[in-house]
Parts: sequence; C-alpha cells; structure tokens
Amino acid sequence: MNNNVIAILSALTYLGILFGIAYYAEYRLRKGKSIINNGYVYSLSLGVYCTAWTYYGSVGQASTKGIEFLAVYIGPTIMAALFWPVLRKIIRICKTQGANSIADLISIRYGKNFSLAVVVTILCMVGIIPYIALQLKAISGSMNILTGTIESGVGLNNILGDNTFYISLVLAFFIILFGTRSIDASEKHEGLVAAIAFESIIKLLAFIAVGLFVTYGLFNGFGDIFSKAAKDDTLNKLFTFSDNTSFTTWTGLILLSMLAVVFLPRQFQIGVVENVKERHIKKAIWVFPLYLLLITFFVLPIAFGGHLLLGKSGVNADTYVLVLPMKNGASLLSLFTFIGGFSAATSMIIVETIAISTMMSNHIATPILLASRKFKTSGDSQLTNSILNIRRISILLIIALAFLYDKLVAQHFTLVSIGMVSFAAVAQFAPAVLGGIYWKGASQKGAITGISVGFAVWFFTAVIPSMAGAGYVDMGIVNNGLFGIGLLKPLSLFGMQGMDSVTHCFFWSILFNIISFVTVSLYSKKTAQETYQAEIFVDIFRYSVTTESSVIWKGTAYVHDLNSLLANFLGNERAEKILLTYATRNKISLDNNKADPRLVNFAEKVLSGVIGSASARIMVSTVTKEEELKIDEVLKILRESQQMIGLNKELRKKSMELEKATRQLTDANDQLKDMDKAKDEFLSTVTHELRTPVTSIRAMAEIVHDNSDMDEEQRQYFLSGVIKETERLSHLITQVLNLEKYESGKQQLNISSVQLNNLIKEAVQSIKPLADEKGISVKIKIPDTMFLVQCDADLVMQVLTNLLSNAVKFSPENDMVTVSVHSNLDDLQVCVSDNGKGIDPGLHELIFDKFFQAKNQTLKKPEGSGLGLAICKKIINMHGGNIWVDSELNKGSKFIFTLPTN
Amino acid sequence: MTMSKKILVVDDDPYILMSLEFLMKKNGFDVMVARNGTEALEILEKQLPDIVLLDIMMPDVDGYEICRHIKKSAKLKHIKVVFMSAKSKEPDIKKGYDLGASLYITKPFSTRELVKQVKELLTD
Repeated sequence: MNNNVIAILSALTYLGILFGIAYYAEYRLRKGKSIINNGYVYSLSLGVYCTAWTYYGSVGQASTKGIEFLAVYIGPTIMAALFWPVLRKIIRICKTQGANSIADLISIRYGKNFSLAVVVTILCMVGIIPYIALQLKAISGSMNILTGTIESGVGLNNILGDNTFYISLVLAFFIILFGTRSIDASEKHEGLVAAIAFESIIKLLAFIAVGLFVTYGLFNGFGDIFSKAAKDDTLNKLFTFSDNTSFTTWTGLILLSMLAVVFLPRQFQIGVVENVKERHIKKAIWVFPLYLLLITFFVLPIAFGGHLLLGKSGVNADTYVLVLPMKNGASLLSLFTFIGGFSAATSMIIVETIAISTMMSNHIATPILLASRKFKTSGDSQLTNSILNIRRISILLIIALAFLYDKLVAQHFTLVSIGMVSFAAVAQFAPAVLGGIYWKGASQKGAITGISVGFAVWFFTAVIPSMAGAGYVDMGIVNNGLFGIGLLKPLSLFGMQGMDSVTHCFFWSILFNIISFVTVSLYSKKTAQETYQAEIFVDIFRYSVTTESSVIWKGTAYVHDLNSLLANFLGNERAEKILLTYATRNKISLDNNKADPRLVNFAEKVLSGVIGSASARIMVSTVTKEEELKIDEVLKILRESQQMIGLNKELRKKSMELEKATRQLTDANDQLKDMDKAKDEFLSTVTHELRTPVTSIRAMAEIVHDNSDMDEEQRQYFLSGVIKETERLSHLITQVLNLEKYESGKQQLNISSVQLNNLIKEAVQSIKPLADEKGISVKIKIPDTMFLVQCDADLVMQVLTNLLSNAVKFSPENDMVTVSVHSNLDDLQVCVSDNGKGIDPGLHELIFDKFFQAKNQTLKKPEGSGLGLAICKKIINMHGGNIWVDSELNKGSKFIFTLPTN
Repeated sequence: MTMSKKILVVDDDPYILMSLEFLMKKNGFDVMVARNGTEALEILEKQLPDIVLLDIMMPDVDGYEICRHIKKSAKLKHIKVVFMSAKSKEPDIKKGYDLGASLYITKPFSTRELVKQVKELLTD
C-alpha cells in the first residue's frame, strides 16, 4: 500500500471514530446520561483554541522568533482567571435571551438590530475564512510531507489532482452531518462537543509523543537539547532578549489572545453556546490553562531539536513536528503525529464552520428567504427543510471560500500571521460586547460605528498589505500610502513605526473602534427596546429570574396565529406541545383567543433559536399587530419587574423576621413555663413551711387550753414554743414578702454614702446576744482605712446580719467568727468566716437557691426560713456585686461578697 | 383497760413531736417517739406498736418509705398507719392510702380530732 492511501485511510478512519463518538454521546443523552455535562469535558473542548497553528506553527515560530510564541498562551491563561465574572455573565445572558452566536448576542443587546447582526456575521466571515484556509493548508501540507508528494502548486489549474480539494469536500460533508441534525440552533450539539473534547486529547497526546521522541529518542533528555542549543549561534541570539522582541509586541499579542479566547466564533460556540452548566467554568479556570501548559511544554525541545538536526537542510520550521519523526524512521509515530495535526485542524474547522454557518443562515440567508417568499401560515411547510438546506449550503460555501483563499492568497504567509490577523478581526467585537454587558450607556449606533470603523481599519492595515503581497492590490498603497498620502500607509499608519504588523493592526483598529463606540454611544439616543435590553444585560443576575414574567411587548396577537407561525418551523405537533407546556407552566389560559404578551415573547424566543433573533422578531411581527412602545412604558415595565424583585426580597426578609419572632416567642413561652413551674414549686414550699409552725402552734395551744392541770414547767415549755413558732412564722412571712419585692424589682435601692466599718460594727453588735448564747466571739478584722461605699445601708445591714447569724448558727460552741474587709481596685470584699462543719463544694451554688434547705434537709432540722441566702444574693446583685462561698466539708465556711466602690 | 396500746409518733419537728407525745400519754397510750425516719425504723426492729403516727417530709427516710416497709413485712403489716402531712394535694393523699394507710390527715390539724380518730381506729 502506498503512503498516500495509508494517510487518506487513517484520516477517514479518524473521522469515522469522531462520528462514532458523537453518535455515542447523543445516544447517551437520550438515555439521560450526558457525557458532556462535566467540567473536564467542557475544559477539554475549550482546547479547540489549539489549532494546527499551535500544533505545527508554534514550533516554527519558536525556532525563528524565540519565545514570542508563548504570548498567545499567556493571554488565554490570564483570561481564564476572568472566566467567572466575564464568561459566566455572557453565558447567563445568552441563555436567558436565547442568543446562539456572537452576532445574535450583539444584535439582541442593541435592540435586536438587524443590520448589526449582518455586520458582525460578515466580519466573522471575512476574518475567519482565511483562518480556516490556514487549517486546510496545514492538513494538505502535512499530508504531502507524509506521502512525499510535492506541493500541488498555487492556483486552480489542477483541482482534481489536489489533496486539499478532496479533504475540503470530505470535511464539508462531515460538518453537514454534524451540525445540521436539528433545526433548532439553540439546542446543544452534544455529539459535537464530545468529539471536540476527544480531538483535544488526541492532539495533546500526539504532540507529547513527538516531544518525548525528540527529547529522549533523538537526544539524551532536556539537558542534552538545551546545552546543545545554547552552543548554537542562531538559537542563542533568538533567546536572548533584545530589541526585536519588544514590550509592545508582547503586550499586544497577550491582549489580542485574551480577547480571541472568548470572541473567536469557535470559542464562543464551545465556551458559551455549548456550555451546559455555569459551574463548569470553575473547572475550566484551572484545567484549560493546564491544558495550554501541557501542549506547549515540548515546543522548545522540538524547535531546538528540529533546528539542530534539520536547520541546515532548509526544511520549513513549521513542519519540524512531522519531519523529525519521519526522517528518523519512526513511521508509526509519524502517522500518529499526522493524525494529531489533523485533529487540531479539523476541530477548528468543524466548530468554526458550524458557528459561522449558523450566523450566515440566521442573519443573512433566512431573512432573505423569509422576505422573498410568501410562506403559508397554515400547518407544515417546507420552511424547516429550507432552513436546514440554507445551513448546509452555508457550510459548503464557507469551506469553498476557505479552499479558494488557500489556493489564491494564502501561499504567501506563514501559519501564524494569518491566525493573528483573525484574532485582530474578532477583537473588534470586544468593545460592543464588553461595553454592552457592563455599560448601560452603550448604544446601537455606537456599536455599529465602532465595529464598522474597527473593521475598516483592520481591513486596511491587515488585509490590504496581504492582498498587495499576493498581487491583487497595487503595491503602491503599501509603499506610498492610500491616495499617495504618507500618513495612510497600511503598515505604518500615521507614521507609527516600530511595531510588528499584527500589533500595529490591533492597536489602530481597536483604538478607533473604542473611540467611535464610546463617542457615538454618548451622543446618540436610544430606542425603548435598546434601553430595555441594556438594563437586562448589565443587570442580568438581577433579572435572569424574572425576565419571563415581565415582557416588553404591547399589541394584539392570536394564539392561533402564533401556533401556525411556530408550526412552519417546528411542525404542528411540536408547536402545539411547546406552547401548551409553556402556558401550563406559567398559568396562561390558551382558551382566550387573544394571546398573552408572555406567550408572544416565548414564541419569539423559540423562533430565534431556529432563525436568529432579528428574523424571529420580524416573523413574529408579521402575525401580530404590534404597537410602538414608548420609552416611559419600557421604564415602567422595568420598574415593575424591579419592584417585584424588591417585593420578593422584602417578603423573604419579613418571613425571616417572622421566623425569628416565632423562635423568640417559643423561647419566652418556655421561659414562662419554667417560671410558672418555679412559682408553683415556690408556693408549695412556702405553704409547707407555713403549715409546719401553724400545726405545732395549734397543737401546743390546744394542749395548754385543754390541760389546766399540767405542771408549770410543761406549761412554760409549750407556751414559749408557741411564741417561738409564731416568731418563725412571721419571720418567714417577712422574708417571702422581701424576696418577692426584690425579685419583682419593686424594691428601690435607697443609696447613700456609707461607712462600711460602722455598718459592720453595728451588725456585729446586733448579733451579739445570739453569739453570747453559744459562747462565740465575733472578731472584726478591718484595716484602719475608712471604707466608703455607695449602697442601701439597711439592705447591706440585712446581708451582714444574715451571714453573721448563719455563721454563729453553724459554729461549734465557744468558737470564733471573723468578719474582714479587703479593698480591691474597684470593689470592697467583705468576708464572714466560721469554723463550722463546712459545705460540700458541689452545693456551693445551690445554697443560694430559695428553700434549698427545705428540699435538701440534713439530719438535723435547720432553723430559719430557707430564704436568707437567696435574699442576700438578690441584694448584693442589685448593688452590682457578687456573693459566693468558699468552703470544704469540716473545714469551716467563708461567705464573701463584694460591693463596687464606684 | 387490759393493756395500754402502743403508739409510735414520728415527726422531725420537735414541737409537734413533744405535743403528740404529751397528748397520747395523757390518753393512756404507751408512747414511743422518733425524730426522723432512721430512728423510726430502728424502733420498729425492736418494738411492735399498734399504730404509727407518721410525718411524710423528713430529711432522711420519708414517711411513705416507712409505711411501705411496714406493710411489706409480715410481722409489721397489721400496724395501723396514720399519715400527718403538710402535703395536702390529692395525689399525695391517694398515694398514702394506696400504700395501706388507715388515715391521712393534713397539717395543721386539730389534736382533739386526732386523738378521737386514733382511738376509733384502735377499737375497730
């Protein structure tokens, strides 16, 4: 078998595999298991950025111009960091607005303007077709090298003997199969994306394989290549920074590729139109740059290796990748390398062609068709087929134009320069798109002017020189300037020197573009439609939820007409079904003959998926009686939809407040329940504490009353018992009332300046009789200083006597009780200590509870109400102080309280 | 009167204890007193009273517990139990009778009434 047949068969087999993958992906989708609904697949498919230019061209560039080739990978890497804010916004807008190409996006933003879409489409065609031609050239070139054929020459003399012709034909057929399976262009090309992701893997693997072969097969690793390269004079010169790699060139190329990675039709198609979920962008932010890094990793080794081994043989540096394995007998690797390059080229051609053909058919061909033909408004017609055919013809046309360009013009350029010219062309969309999504002031006239002016400058500075080079334009323009005016030389406009031609073109075209875009926008009036779209685009994240509910449309339409209109494109059954689904979902009645504005809007959106927004708009207006909307009406609609958003926010806030209030109420209720329970408990304890003395009083009184004959001693005992129990009773009553007073906050503090020393002495004096009874001495340990305290003297006195009497009560007989005062920085600390039996540390907190004793009685029934310490705590807390006990069992107790000094 | 009836009074309030001791003696009973639950159980180990006047809320062993002890023991279960308590709620009283008490009186009570009822209980 000769090489030619092998090469062709491999390429065809490869295309067959691609189709198989696409078919499989669509099969999986029908089963509900999409394989492209995945961040990695999305990131890989973005690798469509790397074309044959990357695959063959960057090696060529590296060996002739040094590391400048890196600029076009650094740009996208920087841009990837901006994917989340920028790309996501564009995706959201396109999804909610039904835009499926960059022309659509721009035309919808600027009032669904027809001519704008046409301008963008033409610019895409003019800018990108040479780039497609470049890929065709790469395929045929690599095939010629592989098969050893001599270049088939320039011109159209020998078409039938030309590989490129057949390749183009096969590709066109293949793309038609791929891209026109469904009429609705807004439907995802599931199979396409899967195939493109696969192509990204193939070209990466093939390039790495060549890289490894050169580095480790032809040389002894990186060290070997680089040290040999360092000794080579030519290479040495290239990789030393000098004036020829200027700062402006680098900046220009980086900026240019930053814009290209978003605005190239194929990038827009894959990155925006085919995006399944916004969150896949998050993966792409790091996976895509990583892919670029991997695919450029072996560029330098291959370039050096190629230069060292083939540099003197006159082989074109763009072909080193393929020639290196071939010349060294690695035939299988050569074939794989060829397939890698083929995949790089085809992925670009396929996506680019589909993207541009959609624009061509939606924005140019379909409107012409619809205008020229009186289509029937009843049932199915051939419109569906006509539109599909338009797309098919567009694809053929694009490939044919690319083929012609390749044959007639492209021979004069290296791979890279054509690519850069395309980059500069699509960069012209950047001001209109970026301005459109971030600046409400951007206007339709501004966008048209900006793009047209930028386009013109681009054409003059990039295309004219190349056409002159090919002999189609008088070389005099390039040498002497337009009309012989020196300032209008296409390669040094206004006398600008020192830039390379691409940077020069980019600089002037984008400068004129931005200036005219901004200036015209500032001084032009906007239509109602435009104002509305500007508002939606810039604030898309605010509106994307409600765009369906607020509709900018006024007029009369009938459900029947809308149905027939849609049926023209979708068939009767499908049209009825989607209208019904939409109506049910949005609770719109279809019984009413007159169509709801939302339904009209929906129909327009569905149509724009099929024929583009501008045509869809025209179509819808043919079956409806539309009334001109005034700008204040638009503003009203916008205001209403904003109010809706505000209302929603308000509602959410209110319901959150309600939830909070409910929580608080529940808490309060629980607290009340607890308090109620505590009160019940308190009452029953109090009752018990009251009943006991009453019982003994009654019993003793009855005994004395009934037994007049009892002896005097017994009588005395019972009578004094009655008195003591009565005292206990009244003490208890007082304490309960006191506590109630403190707890309810009814007790006002009667604050005065008090000498703490005197207060303590007084308290000790009052306790003296009780202490004397048990032979206990009370010792006061106070420094000589006077302690002045702001407090309620009576209440503090109550605390002191309580603590002292407790101390005396629990002290062994003939012992000692001590009161001491300690002065701290901002409070006074009073301590009452005894040598009694002490308190278990586990009870230190509990003893300040009400009736703690009653609930936890010890063997010996203690005296007192059980409220004393609770009252002390209350009083001290009311003064802003603290009270606690420091004690251990059998080691005595220290009751300490503090009073703030200021 | 052949042999005076034995009565055990249990209460942690010294005045009540003293008063009941005086009263029951006066009415011809053979009186034993206990100042808490533990003392009461100790006495019940050695003595066999005919009736027990029992306070409920006591610090160590409460009255219910003592009643349960009496009614569980074959030797003691014929002893009549009279609860005297400040607990006056229905469930407390029911609990007392459920445990086998003959009478439940709430504090404060009339001593005259108490003596009369105790006598009646012992003549049944």
